[in-house]
Amino acid sequence: MNPIPSSSAAPAGRWPKVLVWGLAFALAAVLWAWGGEIAPWAVKYPRAWIVPLKFWISDAMTWLVEDATFGLFTFTELTRGISWAIERPYRLALGLLSHGLLQGQGSDAVQILPPLTWISVVAMVVALGRYTKDWTLAALAGGCFAYLAVFGQWQGAMITLASILIAVPFGIAGGLFAGLASYRWRPVERIIRPVLDLMQTVPVFAYLVPILFLFGFGPVSAIVATIVYAMPPMVRITILALRAVPEESRDLGHMVGCSARQMTWKIMVPSAMPGLMVGVNQVIMLTLNMVIIASMIGAGGLGFEVLSSLRRLDIGAGIESGVAIVVLAIALDRLSQALANKTQPAHIEAAARQSLWRRHPYTSVCLIIVFATGLAGLAAGWVQSYPEAWAVTTGSMWDDLVRWINVNYFDQLEAVKTAILLNILIPFKRLLLGLPWVAVVAFLAAAGWALGGWRLALLCALLSSFIALVGLWPKSMITVYLCGISVIFAGIIGIPIGILAAERERVWSGVKVAIDTLQTLPSFVYLMPVVMLFRVGDFAAMIAVVAYALAPAIRYTAHGIRRVDPQLIDAGIACGCTRFQILTKIKLKLALPEIMLGINQTIMLALSMLVITALVGTRDLGQEVYIALTKADTGRGIVAGLCVAFIAIIADRLITAGARRAKARLGLE
Amino acid sequence: MFHRGRTTSILAAAAALIAAGAWAPQAQAGVESKDPIKLTLHDWTGQFITTKIMGEVLKKAGYNIEYVQADYLAQFAGLKTGDLHVAMEIWETTGRDAMDEATATGKVVNLGETGLQAIEEWWYPAYMKDRCPGLPDWKALGKCAEAFSVPETAPNGRYLGGPVTWGGFDDERVEALGLDFEVVHAGTDAALFAELESAYQRQAPILLWVYAPHWAPVKYKGEWVDFPKYSAACYNDASWGSNKNAKYDCGKPRGPIWKVSWAGLKDKWPGAHDTIVKSNINNDEMGAMVSAVDLDGQKVDAVVAEWIAKNEGRWKTWLP
Repeated sequence: MNPIPSSSAAPAGRWPKVLVWGLAFALAAVLWAWGGEIAPWAVKYPRAWIVPLKFWISDAMTWLVEDATFGLFTFTELTRGISWAIERPYRLALGLLSHGLLQGQGSDAVQILPPLTWISVVAMVVALGRYTKDWTLAALAGGCFAYLAVFGQWQGAMITLASILIAVPFGIAGGLFAGLASYRWRPVERIIRPVLDLMQTVPVFAYLVPILFLFGFGPVSAIVATIVYAMPPMVRITILALRAVPEESRDLGHMVGCSARQMTWKIMVPSAMPGLMVGVNQVIMLTLNMVIIASMIGAGGLGFEVLSSLRRLDIGAGIESGVAIVVLAIALDRLSQALANKTQPAHIEAAARQSLWRRHPYTSVCLIIVFATGLAGLAAGWVQSYPEAWAVTTGSMWDDLVRWINVNYFDQLEAVKTAILLNILIPFKRLLLGLPWVAVVAFLAAAGWALGGWRLALLCALLSSFIALVGLWPKSMITVYLCGISVIFAGIIGIPIGILAAERERVWSGVKVAIDTLQTLPSFVYLMPVVMLFRVGDFAAMIAVVAYALAPAIRYTAHGIRRVDPQLIDAGIACGCTRFQILTKIKLKLALPEIMLGINQTIMLALSMLVITALVGTRDLGQEVYIALTKADTGRGIVAGLCVAFIAIIADRLITAGARRAKARLGLE
Repeated sequence: MFHRGRTTSILAAAAALIAAGAWAPQAQAGVESKDPIKLTLHDWTGQFITTKIMGEVLKKAGYNIEYVQADYLAQFAGLKTGDLHVAMEIWETTGRDAMDEATATGKVVNLGETGLQAIEEWWYPAYMKDRCPGLPDWKALGKCAEAFSVPETAPNGRYLGGPVTWGGFDDERVEALGLDFEVVHAGTDAALFAELESAYQRQAPILLWVYAPHWAPVKYKGEWVDFPKYSAACYNDASWGSNKNAKYDCGKPRGPIWKVSWAGLKDKWPGAHDTIVKSNINNDEMGAMVSAVDLDGQKVDAVVAEWIAKNEGRWKTWLP
C-alpha cells in the first residue's frame, strides 16, 4: 500500500497529520502492551456496558405489530392492505404462467383456464427479442427459455418469473418516485441517501423477520423483501439521470409553458429514459439475486428447487436449477438492455392508417400463437406443458465429478488448505481479535480525518463505536477478518486477470461470461461441493466469498486500464519504457482510482455474502443474523444487520475518499 | 371516517373473494368451513410427507387444503396470528423451546404426538469401528480421539455438530464427559451431510450429529454412540451422572415429534382438528418413504398417494 499521500494542496499541512497518526499509533501501542492492566475496558468492551438495543427494537416491533394504530386503522391493517394489493396481481401472473386461472381457494380450486403453453411463452420471448433488437437476441432469449423446458425447470422457473414480473414494476415505480422526489426537493434527498445506504448494506436476512410479521406468510413477504433489496439502484440512477438531462430540454419546457407535472412527465422523464432503463436492468438483476433467499420464506420456484436438491445432496439437480436461474437472468438482462437501447420508430403517423396487423405485428403473432397453442394444448398434452419424459438431465455426472475429485485429490487440497489456514487465516484472526477496540476506533477516525476531514473522522468513530456499544465487537472482528482475507485473495486473483483481459478482446469475452455466471449462480450451488472438499469452516466460507466477490475486482481493473489515455502510453513508449514499466508506471498508476473502486465493490459483495457463509458454520455477524432469522428475533437481526452495514459504510467512505484524492493527485478530475 | 371506510371496503372485497372461492362445484357436505386450511411445508422430505399425508386425508374428508411454504421456527409467528393453521412436525429436540413459547401465549396449541420418535445423537460410519475398538460405548471415544482428528484439531478429535440454532449442548457434553474433542458447528443440515458424504466416499474418519427419521442413516452404514441414557435430572442437576460437578454428562434426549396448530382451528374446523389429533405414523414407514424420495428419486406426491392407497383402513378411522 502507498503511504497516505499528502500534498501541499491539502487543507492541513504535513504536521498535524503526523501528530494524529502518531497519537493513534501511540494509543494502540500503549493499549497493546499494558491495556490489560491499566484499562481493561479499552481492550475488551465490558459486558456490563452493552446497550440492550436489540431488546428495545424487538419491543418496538411487538408494539408495531400488536398495538400501533393510526387512530382509524392499525399499522398491521395497513401492511396487510399493502400485501393484499401485491397479492392480487401476483396471483394473476402466477395463474397465467404456472397453474392456470383458478376459481376458488386451496385444494377446492378449479382450473377455469389453463396457463400459457410453454410453446407460447418461448414464442413471446423470441418475438420480444426480435422486436427489441434482432434475430440473434431472439435466438438467445428463445434458447434460454427452451433450456428451462428441456431441463425440466419450467414449473419452478415460471413461479420465479411470476414473482419477478410483480417485484420489478413495484421496484421501478417506487425507485422512480423516490428519485423524482429527491430530485425535486433537496431535503428529501438528504433523508433518502442514508436510507439507501442502509437498504443496500443491511443483509436481507436481517429484515426478513419483521417483513414476515407485517406482511404475513407466503410469497408476498418474499416479494416485499425483494423490492426493498432491488430498489436502491433505481433511486440512485433516477437522480443521476434526471440531473443529466440537458439544460436545453429544460429551457424548452419553460419556454412552451409546461406546468410542473408536464415538465416532469413530458420533458424530464422521457429525456432521462436511457439512463432510467439502466436502472430497470439493475432492478431485474438484483431481483434475480434474491431468488434463493426469497424461497427461504416461501417464494417457491427455482430457489426452492436449489435448496431442496442440496438438502438431498443431489449436486447435479442443484446445479441444473442454479443454471436455470443464470439462464433466466441472461435472457432478462439482454432483453431489458436491448429495450433500453431501442430507438423509438419514427413512422408512427404513417402507421396509424395501416391495419391492426401491420401496426402490431409482434403482438398479433403472439396472440395467435397463444390461442392456437392454447386450443391445441387442450387436445395434445405436450403442447400445453413440456412432457417430463422428454426432459434431459445431467444425471449423476456432477456428483461423480465431485466424488472423483474428492477421492483422488482430497489429500492435496487438504495440504494446501491446512497451510493457508495455519499460516495466514488463523494468525490474522488472532491479531484482529486481540486489537483493543478503542485503538481500532482511533485508527479509523485518524484514517477518516486524513482522507476526508473531520466529518469523515466523526462518522467512522461513531459507527465503529456503535458496534462496540451493542456488544458485537468480537463477531464484527471475525467478519472483518473473513471479508478482509477474502478481499485480499480476490484482489490477488482478480487484478492480474483484469490486467490480462483488458487488452485482449477474446480473453475478455470469456472472462466476462465466467464472472457473470459466478455472480448470478446462487452461491449455495457451489457451497456444498466446497464443503465436501474443504469441510465446514472459515476456509470453505472464504472460497465461496472469493468466488462471488471476484467479479468487480476483475471488471473495474479492466475498465480502469482501458480508460488510460493512449497518448500517455505512446509517450511512455517514446521515452523507451519497457512493457513492464508501461504497465506499472503508467497503466496501473492511472487505473489506481478505478481499481480502488473495484476493491470497494469487492468489499461490498463480500459483506453481502456473509449470511450465506453462516450456512457453513462461520461465527461472524452473518451467523448472528442467521440465528436471529431462525429464532424470529427481530431486534437481534436488525442490530447485527446494522453492524454489517456500518462496517460496509466505513469501508466505502474511506475508500471512496481515498480514490477521490488519488484522482485529484493524478489530475484526472 | 374516510380511512376506516376504505379499509373496511378492502376487507369486504377480500371477504367477497373468499366467499366466491368457497363456491366451488365439488363442495361436499358436512365440513364446517370451506376456507382453506393452511398446512406448513418446510424444507425436508420427511416433513413434506407427513404434511401431505395429513392434507390428503383431510381432502378425503372434504376439507379445503392449502400448503404454504414457511420456515420451521419463523412459522410460529404465523401460527399465532392465524395466517397459518397447522404445522405437522415440531421436533421435541429442536423445536421444543419455540413451541413452548408459542403455546404459552394461548394462541397456539399442541395437538399431540405424530407417532414419530426423533433420534439425535453422535454418529459414526461403520468403518470407524475398526479404528476405534470399543465403540459404540462413549468411553471408547476418550481413548481414540486422535483417530477422529483432522490437522486443525489434532491431537484432539473433531466432532461436527449441528447448526448452533439446533442447540444440543454438545460443547457442554464434551466438557462434562472429559472428551478430547473439538466441537465444530455446521451452518446448515445440508453442510452437515455434505461432509458425511465426502468422508464416506473416502472412508475417512468422521463423527457427527445425525438425526432420524432422515435418509442419511438409511443410506450410510453406521451407528449412534451410546452415551449414558438421557434423563431430565442429567440436564438440570450437576450431581447426576459420572461427572458430579457438571450437567449434560449424558446423551441427547429422544423424543416425540409433535403436531401443533393455531388455537382457532378447533372452533373453525372441529372435524379437521379431531382428524389431525387422531392421526399417527411411525418411524419405519417414514424411513422407508423418505428413502424412496431422497435416495430412489421418486416424487413426494407419488409416495404419499401410495401410502394413502395402502393404508385406507387406517386413515378412515381418523376421519370425523
